[in-house]
Amino acid sequence: MPTTAPAFSDATASDSALRRFLFGLPGVDAVGLEARAASLGTRSIKTTAKAYAIDLAISMIDLTTLEGADTPGKVRALAAKAVNPDPLRYAPPRLSSDPLDAEPDRMTPHTAAVCVYPDMAATAAAALAGSGVKVASVATAFPAGRASLDVKLADVRDAVAAGADEIDMVIDRGAFLSGRFLKVYEEILAVKAECGTARLKVIFETGELSTYDNIRRASWIGMLAGADFIKTSTGKVATNATPANTLLMLEAVRDFRAQTGVQIGVKPAGGIRTTKDAVKFLVLVNETTGEDWLDPHWFRFGASSLLNDLLMQRQKLSTGRYSGPDYVTVD
Amino acid sequence: MSEQNRLSVYKTYKLYVGGKFPRSESGRVYEVTDSKGQWLANAPKSSRKDARDAVVAARKAFGGWSGATAYNRGQVLYRVAEMLEGRKDQFVREVAASEGLSKSKAAAVVDAAIDRWVWYAGWTDKIGQIAGGANPVAGPYLNLSTPEPTGVVAVLAPQKSSFLGLVSVIAPVIATGNTAVVIASADAPLPALSLGEVLATSDVPGGVVNILSGATAELAAPLAAHQDVNAIDLTGADTALAKELEIAAADNLKRVLRPQPVDADGTSDSEDWPASPGTHRLTAFLETKTVWHPTGALGAAGSSY
Amino acid sequence: MTMASAFEYAPAPESRAVVDIAPSYGLFIDGEFTEAADGKVFKTVSPSSEEVLSEVARAGAADVDRAVKAARKAFEKWSALPGSERAKYLFRIARIIQERSRELAVLETLDNGKPIKETRDADLPLVAAHFFYYAGWADKLDHAGYGANPRPLGVAGQVIPWNFPLLMLAWKIAPALATGNTVVLKPAETTPLSALFFADICRRAGLPKGVVNILTGYGDAGEALVTHPDVNKVAFTGSTAVGKAIARSVAGTDKKVTLELGGKGANIVFDDAPIDQAVEGIVTGIFFNQGQVCCAGSRLLVQESVQDEVLDALKRRLSTLRLGDPLDKNTDIGAINSAEQLARITALVETGEAEGAERWSAPCELPSSGYWFAPTLFTNVTQAHTVARDEIFGPVLSVLSFRTPDEAVAKANNSQYGLSAGIWTEKGSRILAVANKLRAGVVWANTFNKFDPTSPFGGYKESGFGREGGRHGLEAYLDV
Repeated sequence: MPTTAPAFSDATASDSALRRFLFGLPGVDAVGLEARAASLGTRSIKTTAKAYAIDLAISMIDLTTLEGADTPGKVRALAAKAVNPDPLRYAPPRLSSDPLDAEPDRMTPHTAAVCVYPDMAATAAAALAGSGVKVASVATAFPAGRASLDVKLADVRDAVAAGADEIDMVIDRGAFLSGRFLKVYEEILAVKAECGTARLKVIFETGELSTYDNIRRASWIGMLAGADFIKTSTGKVATNATPANTLLMLEAVRDFRAQTGVQIGVKPAGGIRTTKDAVKFLVLVNETTGEDWLDPHWFRFGASSLLNDLLMQRQKLSTGRYSGPDYVTVD
Repeated sequence: MSEQNRLSVYKTYKLYVGGKFPRSESGRVYEVTDSKGQWLANAPKSSRKDARDAVVAARKAFGGWSGATAYNRGQVLYRVAEMLEGRKDQFVREVAASEGLSKSKAAAVVDAAIDRWVWYAGWTDKIGQIAGGANPVAGPYLNLSTPEPTGVVAVLAPQKSSFLGLVSVIAPVIATGNTAVVIASADAPLPALSLGEVLATSDVPGGVVNILSGATAELAAPLAAHQDVNAIDLTGADTALAKELEIAAADNLKRVLRPQPVDADGTSDSEDWPASPGTHRLTAFLETKTVWHPTGALGAAGSSY
Repeated sequence: MTMASAFEYAPAPESRAVVDIAPSYGLFIDGEFTEAADGKVFKTVSPSSEEVLSEVARAGAADVDRAVKAARKAFEKWSALPGSERAKYLFRIARIIQERSRELAVLETLDNGKPIKETRDADLPLVAAHFFYYAGWADKLDHAGYGANPRPLGVAGQVIPWNFPLLMLAWKIAPALATGNTVVLKPAETTPLSALFFADICRRAGLPKGVVNILTGYGDAGEALVTHPDVNKVAFTGSTAVGKAIARSVAGTDKKVTLELGGKGANIVFDDAPIDQAVEGIVTGIFFNQGQVCCAGSRLLVQESVQDEVLDALKRRLSTLRLGDPLDKNTDIGAINSAEQLARITALVETGEAEGAERWSAPCELPSSGYWFAPTLFTNVTQAHTVARDEIFGPVLSVLSFRTPDEAVAKANNSQYGLSAGIWTEKGSRILAVANKLRAGVVWANTFNKFDPTSPFGGYKESGFGREGGRHGLEAYLDV
């Protein structure tokens, strides 16, 4: 990549131009990438840093339910949890040695968003009104994306009309894997146009793209097409967010901002279930893109069960005792 | 016409450097006699400058020779055996005169020397598998060790075994792709100088083998100290000279093959040249290069999360 | 040294209480800890704090003689043991090292100054693996390609450096014992403790007395050891200058010698490299162990067309390196091993500046006590600069550029050394072509500073001779 801002409009002028651009990106050595991600995973995050990381992680969660069995009741329960993750306010006396003692009682932050199917967006919007928690809706025939463009765009319009603040679209992996990169790009452009003020998250389904080179290329297609976020996965395939694919996408947004000045968010989704995992991802962010991305506006976790583990760890930090599932809410 | 009436043509023995047959730049020669002291010929008495020129030639030839395929080097070494076979009579005469052997014993020595070229010809494309291979490292890496020639090797040929010993020290050095600067037996240099003529007509590229005659110590000292020589074979040095040369060789950490065994009095080589040579003279002038490369996975799906 | 960040990592120190350091240690000769004959001692300090860790006996010539005699005496029985029995001793040692690896990692970090992350994740696992690997050879020597029933040499005199104290010990002792030799080993004077800890492991493993002898001391003891007439094998890892002196000293003897010496490794980055991984490889290449690594990639050769991009990324990355308390699990860059080494690095860096190379050091605050040097780059370096030729043995990278693969190879090989090199390109045929032309004993392609007991290691040219590791590593200890 040249260090001067490239003429990206040229890159998307034609299918062949886009292919040349994507294949001109630096390759990714899989072993080296995974080794770097693993090495950052050995950072030891303790005490004050851990407390900071836990609250930051909670505030970055797109609390998600994407099931065929979803109902308005389920969505309202999830919304309530997102707004007020720790209703039991379980706060016994702190240990005198607690490093957090010096700080005033900190409220548990709310999550960043609740993520639902489009038909649940209105329910979520009503439940979250005024809370500061965003409504995110998957769209574009999530998760497979196998529908006509018209249907996908209608899906997006529905979600936006229902009050979605954020749209999580899926790319056409079939088009990508058969080399029709411009089709992928143009579809994202079309979806973006339907989003209005909603922020667009573009899901690559990295587990289906298979190679890291493909993930880097997909990241650039998404960024060139105006994605506000690039997102790893739907959570519906075998391999979802990993430290390595997230590191790779963080490198992409870092490089994109360096060349264009435009900052784009990253959302790993699926498979992140423990505090330990979440903290590793935050270390990746901290040491790859830096603190500008350590903000719910720029980094999200697509997760559900992660939240309770973060809450239990939060309780452990403040009480010195290990918590248990009876001290967090089951939703 | 009776043979006695014909005046024979004497041969002017010359050095073999860079594929050419120069006289010593010093213009010096010395008398070579047979084992009974009878004059055989004059041999060039090489100087330090001849040694220097030989190193330049050997270095120049190294890239091409070490870069040649092992199969090609094998064929070239085999060609040397073929050429020698056709000039056997000459070498039998020279060896008999140099070493004081009967004609039949000298013939046996020459046969063995020819067979030794054949032995080493066959090693060129096998030593890599014997001395190298894949190493099963504990990680996602392909790891291969390959033997490579060390470079320019100075060879002090045995003092006694003027031909079989000579061939036994030259052939393993060049079989693996090294180039050689050879100091012939001081007292019996004629088979070595004649070998140069054979090498020149055996597809051995010029400079791969360079042959100098003269005083061993005088030539060996600058070679042992030469910063562009990578290794030295001290076979033809006596104990005192070998030590002196090994000390000089340490200046650029040349690989050193010590003379062994030496006579009880420490004066010269007494290796069992007819014996099967094994591989140690091949491996003595090889470097092991180990190359790592990540193997990775087919896709990005292998992570543990 | 971190980016100014809201995410400040709290200190995460490994507990130093896991290891007991005695106030004084003796020499380990014939299975016993003993004072030096002349009663001399020296202090070993922690390079990160200058705190005295312990007082250690200083071996002299009389002690060397005593240790060599003990090793000679032990040789007869040890070499006559069935290989399968020798193997079991080595397996025991490997297992005890694994069990006690946390103690050893802390001890090594304290004595050497390198980060606990490295001793924990690199040094100690490799140490145990090395013993485990050579243990398995002890009863398989007939199959190693050195003929039937290859014989050991006798007493091995081994002198090791301070940069990987325990790992270098393992590289020396494991193959020596597997092949039936006995050893006298001298660790470096600034890092004696892990070798003495290892001596105790030998006792716990029930290793016969005299098979391993450890002599702590200075260069005079090392010299007495390698020149001792009853030593059959000399193995040395350290500077090229000392290596040459040893090569001279053994001239005219029957001693077999292996030398692992200096290097000035070229790390070649082509324009089609996987840039992000190449940057990591450059960092690993020169900042692993504070650059105090003989095979460090201390010369970066970067293709001109990507030079700016690579240097920008490299500087950004270096700004995230965390320098400080080596016991902190998050520390990337520890202390320089000694005041002497720090002075040498400082002097060479000053020479680099005086010769016109452009210096850039990562912005970081150095601790007030101990020996520290900030990760440093030199740009605008040419082959003529001292910093491109001399081994600095510190966290200092010299950056040179090239235009074509031919030029890269020519510059990489333009050194009296030939230990290591790196190649970064996504083009497989280029890797093979360049690797083939590099005159270096270890070539890392799209990776750097990887080590394994099965993988032969050693240099061309003035980087030494012989190979350690793998089947090749046996040869140095066999009479073949």
